[in-house]
Amino acid sequence: MIRFAQMSFRYPGSAVPALHAVDLEVPEGELALVAGSTGTGKSTLLRAVNGLVPHFTGGHLDGHVVVAGVDTRDAPPRELAHLVGYVGQDPAAGFVTDTVEEELAYAMEQQAVAPATMRRRVEEMLDLMGIAELRRRPLRALSGGQQQRVAIGAALALNPPVLVLDEPTSALDPAAAEDALAAVLRLVHDLGLTLVVAEHRLERIVHYADRLLLLPGDGQVVAGRPGELLAASPVAPPVVELGRLAGWHPLPLSVRDARRVAVPLRERLAAVPVPPVHVRPPDGARPQLVVRVEKVTMRHGEIVALREVDLELFGHSVVALMGRNGSGKSTLLWTVRGVQRPASGRVRCEGRVGLVPQTAADLLYLETVAAECAQADLESHASPGTCRTLLDELTHRPGDPACRIDLGVHPRDLSEGQRLALVLAVQLTAAPDVVLLDEPTRGLDYRSKEQLAGVVAGLARTGRSVVVATHDVEFAARIADRVVILGDGSVIADGPAAEILVSSPTFAPQVAKILGPRPWLTVDQVATALRSPVRTKDGAGV
Amino acid sequence: MMTDTRPPRLSRSLHPMAWWLWALGLATAASRTSDPLLLGLVIAVCACVVAARRGDAPWALAFRYYLIAGALVVVLRVLARIVFGTGPGTVVLLDLPQVPLPDWTSGVTLLGPVSADAVLGGLYDGLRLATMLVCVGAANALANPKRLLKSMPPALHEVATAVVVALSVLPQLAESVLRVRRARELRGPHRGRRALLRSVVVPVLEDALDRSLLLAASMDARGYGRSGDRTAAGRWVASGLMLLGLVGVAAGVYGVLDASTPTVLRGPALLVGVLAAVGGFTLAGRAVRRTTYQPDRWRPAELVTVLAGIVPSATLVLLSARGMPALVPDVSPPSWPTAPLLPVAVILVALLPAVLAPPPLRSTPPARNPAATLRGATT
Repeated sequence: MIRFAQMSFRYPGSAVPALHAVDLEVPEGELALVAGSTGTGKSTLLRAVNGLVPHFTGGHLDGHVVVAGVDTRDAPPRELAHLVGYVGQDPAAGFVTDTVEEELAYAMEQQAVAPATMRRRVEEMLDLMGIAELRRRPLRALSGGQQQRVAIGAALALNPPVLVLDEPTSALDPAAAEDALAAVLRLVHDLGLTLVVAEHRLERIVHYADRLLLLPGDGQVVAGRPGELLAASPVAPPVVELGRLAGWHPLPLSVRDARRVAVPLRERLAAVPVPPVHVRPPDGARPQLVVRVEKVTMRHGEIVALREVDLELFGHSVVALMGRNGSGKSTLLWTVRGVQRPASGRVRCEGRVGLVPQTAADLLYLETVAAECAQADLESHASPGTCRTLLDELTHRPGDPACRIDLGVHPRDLSEGQRLALVLAVQLTAAPDVVLLDEPTRGLDYRSKEQLAGVVAGLARTGRSVVVATHDVEFAARIADRVVILGDGSVIADGPAAEILVSSPTFAPQVAKILGPRPWLTVDQVATALRSPVRTKDGAGV
Repeated sequence: MMTDTRPPRLSRSLHPMAWWLWALGLATAASRTSDPLLLGLVIAVCACVVAARRGDAPWALAFRYYLIAGALVVVLRVLARIVFGTGPGTVVLLDLPQVPLPDWTSGVTLLGPVSADAVLGGLYDGLRLATMLVCVGAANALANPKRLLKSMPPALHEVATAVVVALSVLPQLAESVLRVRRARELRGPHRGRRALLRSVVVPVLEDALDRSLLLAASMDARGYGRSGDRTAAGRWVASGLMLLGLVGVAAGVYGVLDASTPTVLRGPALLVGVLAAVGGFTLAGRAVRRTTYQPDRWRPAELVTVLAGIVPSATLVLLSARGMPALVPDVSPPSWPTAPLLPVAVILVALLPAVLAPPPLRSTPPARNPAATLRGATT
């Protein structure tokens, strides 16, 4: 269905090819998952399928990309619309009309589909995506998951044999992500759609994939069966890491498969005490109350964003703030920061608060990284060079000098992870006692997330109180010692991470689902436990 | 037990053009009179129809802003009359001292005696303007402006798309400004207004650029601007004809309005222009291969609505051409305005759509009442 033949592509003004000599084939009806770190060319590969690369982006393409018998050289994206449905990373940015029905009909209108057929197809799409009750709603009033489903429905309205999705779940909470993915998978199974999808959080989709297209970062694409490729892949979901650790063969990709082969491991671990993920506060340090939120209520017009929220934050701790989209997580962070004034109640802070907002780039406005750093020093009356030193510390990765940020570069040209590091450095320049991070893992690959986890742990070690609002359950399990779940503006749950995460069906990390009911959260924990001498019941080491 | 078993009228959205013609009719009627009673009646009619037949979409809620804007127009108009001097009138309300101005401002006076005549004149004038504004606001609240663009002839499809996209960018831009300004507060104090402006403008513009690129990619991927079987030559002919037509129409209209232009530029130019424009539209329209989802159609209710707008406008235009004195009440000396019977009657005709137009579609369907369904099933 899709064939890349010796395809190479170079962006205009770039000396290095984004993709180099790619040969691959995706047969009809397959689900191909594209995986790789940020900046390895995932989006380029996806956009090449429907001709946006090179017709829309410019640049130089060698070789051929053939979709359903049509070479994308000869046809621009608009002439391929009936063959390839494409949904970009931000579905809301791609909406052309303003109600759900009109959006679903848009592509058909362009294709001059007969009105009677159009009417029928719109009804079918509404049913397929489960959005019939939203038909006349304005698109801007929909939640993220609903928007994603509308965008997918709109892309499928012309009944294309191929669907391309670029990170369909990156902005969604776990439940909404399940929703959107379930809708897509049903289409794959029922209609025999060929699906190409890029996803950072492999754990959400890898077990459904027939084929994995792995981008190691040198412009090549390695294709193969997911189980085989992941055994040696640098990016892997926790279930695969656990499988590698336990030496399972073949490697299980889903929680269900892993749970079945994990019986011996569970028995072996049953005798071992669960080591803590973190030791916080470190021995001898007394947790110090830094922020107290008392009965805070926030309204946006008639909507109550926060409803009498009580919360205490301590030093030396990392709190993961979770909950579905629109449950008040961001509002709570902005309120603690003091930018938004609560309608009632109060926030008491001992010390300074720094906040990294969801769209971190909003904070940046100068031409170079160096200028931003200098400005940050000036703004927070820090000694010159403070921000730069912080940035170096944040981006320092042992044995990998390539990840150092070039100070002369424009902030817009940084990768997602680097930009986050820059904004974090700008905020840390003021030496805050409380650091708030709003959805920092959005668009980050496994390696950047790993590094961010290290940074967060470092902040807590130096006595700061860190709050991370996140949808990413695996990340939350790695970093947090305490989890607060918000729902409809109220605190639903507040307690130790192990307790809250393990008992929740939506927020439990994969390791907990495989090894439950005991509170195992991360692969590292299991590794530590397996390294320590196993004591049998009579107390003798084995 | 006897109950009214007639089902409520089927809701659907009226053709947007019908609402606009109705509203423009009312506005024309309002432009022909300065009788505050008649103008008040027009506003009341607009408000009634809007209250009865508007949907629950965001643009439908903007009607009140037009009312506020109208009130502002009236106040400004009266204030202007007072500030720039009213000159001697028949009844002086307030004797303010006149501010002496240099000679070169001849004809303009500042303050001075305030006469009831002038204040009343300003009031009537402002009220007329405000009424026309409210009429446009009513059209805006009743018909989705974007749907109006959708019912444009196919030749204007590309222009209409550009306008639609521009319209949807505005709220996004406002959102983005708010977000960036909030983020701005996270960084410490900054020096100077220019730095502040820059720190907001740069991220907002970057955001807008990114968004428009994403939108363009999405439109491209969904088949916007497919050339189909249109040839370059055909496109040139169509564009040329349209351009010629527009120039012709402009020249012709100018000729008709200005009596001093030579006759060649009047009727003939207008005719040639119209013909060329129609030809260009047809050619361009034929080449566009696209269809419309659920196109709005003209049905009896649309005709009734348009008629309800035409009747008052035609009648008032006719009456004012004949010089009906009651349409322009005397302000010097001030006299009580009368509400002549015929204009009142025809303006009330415009109230008909409040009942005769179908009720609008709601974006969220009302919850099913299980009791009602049950009753319907058993009777």
